[in-house]
Parts: sequence; C-alpha cells; structure tokens
Amino acid sequence: MTPENLEDAFVAFDHVQKSYDGEVLVVKDLNLQIAKGEFVTMLGPSGSGKSTCLMMLAGFEVATHGDILLNGQPINNIPPHKRGIGMVFQNYALFPHMTVGENLSFPLEVRKMGKSDREAKVRRALDMVQMGDFINRRPAQLSGGQQQRIALARALVFEAELVLMDEPLGALDKQLREHMQYEIKHIHEQLGITVVYVTHDQSEALTMSDRVAVFDDGVIKQLAKPADLYELPENAFVAQFIGENNKLEGVVRAREGENVIVDLDGGMTARALAVNCGAVGERTMLSIRPERVSLTDDGPNSTDALVKELIYLGDHIRCRMSVSGHDDFIVKVPNASGHKHLIVGENTKVSWQTEDCRALDA
Amino acid sequence: MTDTGPVLAADGTPLKKKLAQALFVSRARAFSLVLPLLIFIVASFIIPIFSLMVQGVKNDTYSSNMPATTAIMAEWDGASELTEDMFAALVTDLIQARADKSIGRVATRVNREYAGTRSMFTKSARRAAKLEAPFMAAMLDIDEDWGDINVWGAMKVSSQTLSPAFYAAALDADYKADGSFVRLDTEDRIYVYLFVKTLAVALAVTLATLALGYPVAWLLASLPIRQSNLLMILVLLPFWTSLLVRTTAWIAMLQSHGVLNNVFVWLGITSDDSRFSLIYNMTGTIIAMTHILLPFMILPLFSVMKGIPPTYLRAAKSLGATNWTAFWRVYFPGTIPGIGAGALLVFILSIGYYITPALVGGQDGQLISNFIAYHMQKSLNWSLAAALGGILLVIVLAIYWVYDKVVGIDNMKMG
Ligand SMILES: Nc1ncnc2c1ncn2[C@@H]1O[C@H](COP(=O)(O)OP(=O)(O)O)[C@@H](O)[C@H]1O
Ligand SMILES: [Mg+2]
Repeated sequence: MTPENLEDAFVAFDHVQKSYDGEVLVVKDLNLQIAKGEFVTMLGPSGSGKSTCLMMLAGFEVATHGDILLNGQPINNIPPHKRGIGMVFQNYALFPHMTVGENLSFPLEVRKMGKSDREAKVRRALDMVQMGDFINRRPAQLSGGQQQRIALARALVFEAELVLMDEPLGALDKQLREHMQYEIKHIHEQLGITVVYVTHDQSEALTMSDRVAVFDDGVIKQLAKPADLYELPENAFVAQFIGENNKLEGVVRAREGENVIVDLDGGMTARALAVNCGAVGERTMLSIRPERVSLTDDGPNSTDALVKELIYLGDHIRCRMSVSGHDDFIVKVPNASGHKHLIVGENTKVSWQTEDCRALDA
Repeated sequence: MTDTGPVLAADGTPLKKKLAQALFVSRARAFSLVLPLLIFIVASFIIPIFSLMVQGVKNDTYSSNMPATTAIMAEWDGASELTEDMFAALVTDLIQARADKSIGRVATRVNREYAGTRSMFTKSARRAAKLEAPFMAAMLDIDEDWGDINVWGAMKVSSQTLSPAFYAAALDADYKADGSFVRLDTEDRIYVYLFVKTLAVALAVTLATLALGYPVAWLLASLPIRQSNLLMILVLLPFWTSLLVRTTAWIAMLQSHGVLNNVFVWLGITSDDSRFSLIYNMTGTIIAMTHILLPFMILPLFSVMKGIPPTYLRAAKSLGATNWTAFWRVYFPGTIPGIGAGALLVFILSIGYYITPALVGGQDGQLISNFIAYHMQKSLNWSLAAALGGILLVIVLAIYWVYDKVVGIDNMKMG
C-alpha cells in the first residue's frame, strides 16, 4: 500500500519546507508519499504545521522550498481552483446565502455542467450523506452535524479524487463525532477516494486512518499504521503522544544484541528493546504501555512499587504507583476474577517483558 | 385549589396580579433609565419636526393682523368685482396694522404671493387714517394697482391661516386665490430642479464612496491587526480634523493653481491656460462630500466583511471557482447588508448636506439644504423653509420605505 518512490505516489511531498515570516520554519523538510485510495491522517499537537501542509497541498499556501506532486506532476504553480481537490473545513464554510442544493451545485456550475446533470449529481451526493430531504434548507437552518454532512457532500459532488479535511469534526460533540468518523470512513471505502485528514485527536486518527503521520514542530516523527504507532513507537514523542505511556529515564550500560541494559535514574537496572537509543553511556527513555505491566515478581524487569492512587473504572482499575523515582507510573489492573486487590500505601512488585519495554531517544 | 379559579400565590393574591406587581417595579426602573433620553428626543427632535411640518402649512401673519379683510376674503370667490366693503375693511385693517406696527410683516407676507406689492401696503397704511369714504376711490387715488384683482387674490391667499401656498412654492407652483395651482414659468422654477440636483449629487456621492470604500474596507478586514489599525486611523482622519482645516486643505489642493491642477499640467493632462475648475462648483461639492462621507460607507462595510470567514473564499476556490467567481458569487453577496447600510447612511446624509456645499460649492454646487438655510436666515421666509424641509423629510422616508421593500431594514448591519 505504501508507495516507495515519488513517481508511484498519488500525492507526494518532496523535501517541502515552509516559512511564513522568513525566520521560523513551520514545516521542516517534509517527505510524504500517499498512494491512491489511501486514508492518511496528519496527527499532531496544535501549531505543529498540519494545516499548513494541507493548505500547501490545496494551493492556498506556497511551499518555501521543495515540490508537491499530484499524480507525479509538480503542482506548485497550479492555482487552487484548477487542482480539483475537494476540501472540508472545520467551520464547514457553507455559503450562507445559498441553499443546500445551491451549495452543492456551485462546484458543478463553475465547471459549466448542464442543469440536469447537476441536479442528478447533487441528489446522489446528498443521498450519500443521507441529507436528501434538506436540499432547500439554508445552512443556518441545519445543526452542526448536518452542516458537516453537507460540507462533505459538497467536497465530493464534483468527484474529486483527492479530498482534504482539516479537523472537520472538531466542532461536534463526542457522540456525533464518533458517528461521523464512521461515516467518513465508510464513504472513503465506498468511493475509493484518497483522503488526507488533519486532526489533533489521536483516537480519531487511530480509528479512521490507513496510515498516520505524527507531526511535531514541523517534522513527521513517525509515519505508520495505527497499530504500529501504538505498539511500536519509534521515538519518545510518539510514545508519549499516542495513548498512555509510562516513561523511565536512564543511561545505557550495555548492548546485548537486540536489547540494551539500562541503569535507571532511580537505581534499578532494566532490560529493554533497543529501538532508538544511543550508544553505551548515553541517556535513553524507556517506554512501557500501562496494560503491559503486571503485578508479578518474575522476569528480568521486576521492581518495587508503592501504590499512590487507585481509580475504579469498571472493566479495569487504574493504579498510579511510584516506581524507580517516578510518581506517575500507571498500571492497569484488569477487573478479572481473582485479580490482586491493592490498597493505597501498599508496597508491591511490578514487572514487564523485555520486548514490551522500548528504549527510545531521551 | 379548584380547577376553575385563578392560580394563587402563597399569600392568597392571584398569581397574575402578583406577577404584574413584580414586573411593574422592574419596568418602571427601566423606563426611568430611558426617560432623560426620551425627554431630550421629544424636545429636540420630535417637537421641532412637528412644528416644522406645521410651519409649512400654517401662517397667520395676515389673518391675525388684518381681521376685517380676512373675514371678507373668506366670502370673496377671488374672481368677482371688487366692492366698497372690501376697501372699507382694508382701510380699517391698514389703520390698525400701522398702529400695531405689524404692517411691515403683513406687506412682506402679501409680497411673497405677489411681488411688488409691498410698497403699496406701507404707503397706503401711512395715509389710511386720513381717508374718507368712499374708500374705493380714495385707495385707487393712492395707488391705482388697488384695482388689480391679482393684488386682492394675493391677499386672499395670504389671509388663509392654513394653506398649501408654501408647499406649492416649494414645488415651483403658484397657489391661486381660486384654489388652483399653476406651474411657474420655466425660468422661475428653482426648487424641483434643486431637489433633483440634490438627489443626483447624493447618488453620485454614494456611488463614489462605495467605489472607493469597498476595496479599502476589504483591505481593512483582511490585513493583520496592526496594519489594519493604521489604515483605520487614515480612514477616520476626516473625523479628527476640524472642518476649517479640511476646507483650507481642499482649497490648496483643488483651486486652479492648486496642487492637483499643477500636477495635471506637469503631467500634460491639461494645458496651463485650461486648468480644471475643481472647487467652488459642483465638482468641488462632490469631491469634498465624498471625502467627508467615506467613513460612513467604509465602517459598515468593514464590520460586515470582518464577519465573513476567509474560509468562504478558500472553499469557493477549492470547489473550482476562479478568483472573480469566488468574489462575485460568494463574497459579494455576503457584503450586501453592509453596502445597504453604508449606501443608505451616505445617501441620506448627502441629501441634507449643508456646510460643505456652502464652503466649496460656489454658485453651482449649492444644494437644497443651502436654500433652506437661506430662507431660514436671510429671507426669513420660514414657512417656505419649512415646506422645503418637509418635502426633504418625505423624500427621506420614501427612500427608507423603498430600501425596506428591496433590501429589508433588518438586513442592515451598522457594525
Ligand atoms: N497565515 C499564517 N501566517 C503566519 N504564521 C502562520 C500562519 N498560519 C499558521 N502560522 C503558524 O504556523 C504554525 C503552524 O500552524 P498550523 O499549520 O496552523 O498548525 P496546526 O494546523 O498543526 O495547528 C503555527 O505556529 C502558526 O502560528
Ligand atoms: Mg490546524
């Protein structure tokens, strides 16, 4: 699925840089290849340059350096209205003085399409988002979720092969957002379009995407499938940003094949998978997912822990502990029959498998 | 509690009454807050406008000072033979008016209906006390024009306390003693042409401010805050400079040896001996009014444009619209409420504009308001001034009405 070189990619960013003020690079050497039909999400904290990338792709911002290619052709000099890229904005950007039907008809009119063709396409697009009955309404008469559907239909009605979405669900409440995630995903599969999606919500990125590009400060920190992103983070930023993470810091003492032995700052020695750590003597950060920690005393990584706080969450119990000098070490204890009952203030043992503990950049 | 009886509050009074009592206090408080403004508006706006409307149709200068002829004029049809009774009444009135020192005002009043009669009244009043019957012959002896039926017609019109004479005059018509209206001769007509000219100038100024203001408002709305603040100061500059400074500046700029003309000559647009006349005429009026009224167009436009998210234009372009289509089909319709508000404001302000035409308009650039001022201050024909003002008011209301029908008043955004 992932295109290896620029020519094969449907969309490609080739060493793209962007600066607004000539002083700060908002996007730093971005390389990203997207295959036809793929759903790629740009995920990252606010201000990390995701929207800027999307705007460059749409043609509203000019790359300071580098090429953006669509179907193998550089598009830097093509104005936005000739790119044929559909776009969904966070605030929907539906034209308030036009009805729903007129909004959808607009891209077809500017393409000089005949009236009957237009009507048929508008109908089809509205039916696709289950909004057929709303054709004569004005945007102001629709709820946020309905407006979002119309905005989606409008981006799809002129049969764009590439659709960009910039935090399209950001203004919706949680329940509606989850429902729309599912619908967008469904439409993506049904139409076979390519979607570049921007969000700062990691669960949204993980549930919808084929691949996720994690942005931080204008750099893609990791580009991977959602499952890999969670289970195999390549650096400390991704491990911290995606899901919940326990971090333990220390110095690399020795390497043993795939593994390293790390002297943690709290005095303990741990074995970890050498993913992205420096040479012997350098600092590293160990990452362990809370659900991979068990309350047992066996294996190579076992240490003392002091129970600080317990939160009952039904299916599991969230347990905050003090481990190796870190007060925010989280363990998820499944609420299975016969699980160990902890009490606050109790001293216990925790352990984890070496392959679940990843040594990353400090 | 029964099913049919009124709902009672805890102390037994009906709930409705209790609620009304509670609301009365808060309403009274709210009313007391607006009361000073209400009094001010009534005293400074509603009463003057009402009295203006009354002034335009009511004038008792003649009837209150010349009671005897006023009574006889009411009987007279304005066409039949003059009688001895009429002359007798006239002599009585003239004697009394001279004693009251009101003869000058009466003479002026009649003179407005029929020019050239003023001296007849003052001259005859001086000699009236010594006259003896028959008065017709005696009066004709003083001035044979007393036999002119038109003089008596003018007196009849003047004697009517309520009369459309001033409105007729304001519309270039003559109200005759027999109740008919006659349009003035072409060379005597002034006011209709002035109204039309005033409306045309107002339209020209509105279009000029729109054409100049729209791009500026757009720039204001789309620039980063620091630059837009600076630009806003430039836009508001006319408000912050005194009128005299501005007028001096216009004179320096626009006069025939002013900056602008020098530049035109230098650029070869015109030759040294055929410089443009840009001031003390209609051109000067339009230039100066456009300058002063520009902020009234820009500010509503700006506030409307500020409310249009920039993503609309981006969305339109992403949907395949060219820059022009995106502007015309998406952006422009959104600015119509601002255009409406700005145009209405500028148009109505221009219709009543007075000081600028007076300063830089010369002969040709005078508008209706300058003539109203003239009648208020120089000719002291307040009734005519009131009639002109009343017509102006009607025009303004008509424009509001048309605007409401076409655009809708509640569609208007001031900021
Ligand atoms: N039009 C602009 N002019 C100047 N700076 C901008 C502009 N748009 C975005 N930026 C800056 O670029 C950085 C990245 O912004 P953006 O791409 O919007 O991030 P994200 O979408 O990931 O939140 C931010 O620091 C932001 O302040
Ligand atoms: Mg953004």
